Amino acid sequence: MTQASLLDWTEGAEGIVWQQCSACGHGWYFRRTFCPKCGAGSPEARQASGAGTVHAITRVMRAPSEALRPYAPYNIVLVDLGEGLRVMAHADDGVAIGDRVTAAFVTFGDRIVPRFSKG
Amino acid sequence: MSWITGVGLTPFGKHPGRSTLDLMSEAATGALADAHLERRQIDGLLTGYSTTFPHLMLSTLFAEHFGIVPSYAHAIQLGGATGFGMVMLAHHLVEAGLAENVLVVAGENRLTGQSRDSAVQTLAQVGHPVYEVPLGATIPAYYGLVASRYMHEYGTTEQDFAALAVLMRSHAVRHPGAQFREPITEADVLASKPVASPLKLLDCCPVSDGGAAFVVSRHRTSDHGVRIVGTAQAHTHQHVSAAPSLTSFGAADSSRAAMKAAGVALADVDYAAIYDSFTITVTILLEEIGLAPRGAAGRMARDGHFSKTGKVPLNLHGGLLSYGHCGVGGAMAHLVEMHLQLTGRAGDRQAGSPKLALLHGDGGVLSSHVSLVAERVQ
Repeated sequence: MTQASLLDWTEGAEGIVWQQCSACGHGWYFRRTFCPKCGAGSPEARQASGAGTVHAITRVMRAPSEALRPYAPYNIVLVDLGEGLRVMAHADDGVAIGDRVTAAFVTFGDRIVPRFSKG
Repeated sequence: MSWITGVGLTPFGKHPGRSTLDLMSEAATGALADAHLERRQIDGLLTGYSTTFPHLMLSTLFAEHFGIVPSYAHAIQLGGATGFGMVMLAHHLVEAGLAENVLVVAGENRLTGQSRDSAVQTLAQVGHPVYEVPLGATIPAYYGLVASRYMHEYGTTEQDFAALAVLMRSHAVRHPGAQFREPITEADVLASKPVASPLKLLDCCPVSDGGAAFVVSRHRTSDHGVRIVGTAQAHTHQHVSAAPSLTSFGAADSSRAAMKAAGVALADVDYAAIYDSFTITVTILLEEIGLAPRGAAGRMARDGHFSKTGKVPLNLHGGLLSYGHCGVGGAMAHLVEMHLQLTGRAGDRQAGSPKLALLHGDGGVLSSHVSLVAERVQ
């Protein structure tokens, strides 16, 4: 689990958390109890700044479920964060590959998700 | 070395009222007949999985149902790469002397056996359950992300993608078992309903019912002289968020290793069977493997390079995009068509007399790669 002081959207709080290995320094996004590169345990959880660059973007016209249908269309992006890791999130209309973006958090279905805006 | 001694394939599309086991049985019956083998001669069995019929032990369930008593059996799961993964395993099983005749079989009523939302949601689970699926991401969205980056890197256009959809449809027109046989144009693809940009409906394969099967044997059992001479895999990631690159996914490593094992070069290949779940999928695979230069697959498709009379005919049954996609059996249809082409049995789809085929399957979001090299022997 994430440290209590950190805000993690996957646990309902407005923030993005990543992990870093205290042994080899490798950083990653999907949380684990060990470093996927060197295997060391007890990785450090870190709060991302929320600033990054858009690597890829798609506009989803058909949502996968009835509950999410009212939100369509919506934009899904892969953003390379300044900390050196890639995250999937939502984005404002008009965002394009290469844009510098910053994360905010919006309601989507029964949860909050990160949504990136230019600037 | 192993022989593909028989192939079986059902039409793809709607088979209302027919179950996973029904479709597997029909395909298996066809493959055994084609291989001139009886049930009692099958001592190995490999199956995949069925999303409409989840079962802990699909292989032995099928063995009991179909009436075979194998000395080696299990199911494997590699998404869209499962079919070729099973062939790779069957090849090594017979080479190792563990089995004489391995039946590889798949089938699923993926279209009529569940609701469309159910199919979309099941397939979306190849995404990460915590970090991707809650964003409302779908399979077309994952591939849409990849396509956007690919266009950015190589200047590929939506019209280039459309050329691959048109190519697959032009092949399916000649196959009575294909799900979609009405000719289409690039304009039709571009005007089709947006799904997840830049992908539109006709850039995406359909969901289908169907089944496919082969027998991989230690010795030749029929006149069909097709043998497997090289196999390889590569797996660089599972989730698109974790992919090391959105332009190189492991297909080059996998295909090079398979060709090295076979002792052949890309220039020797005169038939290609390449996974085409979306137009972007087959575009990337062709270009990463080297069957087309980066950015050129669409133009080459348009120019006839991958057509029946072209230099490297591709998926002459119509591929996933037009023959259809029933899950594990989807890409297995590519191998069935390759077999018909190498044995000169493809009727009005026959492309001269190809003798060396490269097959490539991928599962997940360009995550799992399996390459096979097959050659014709008189």
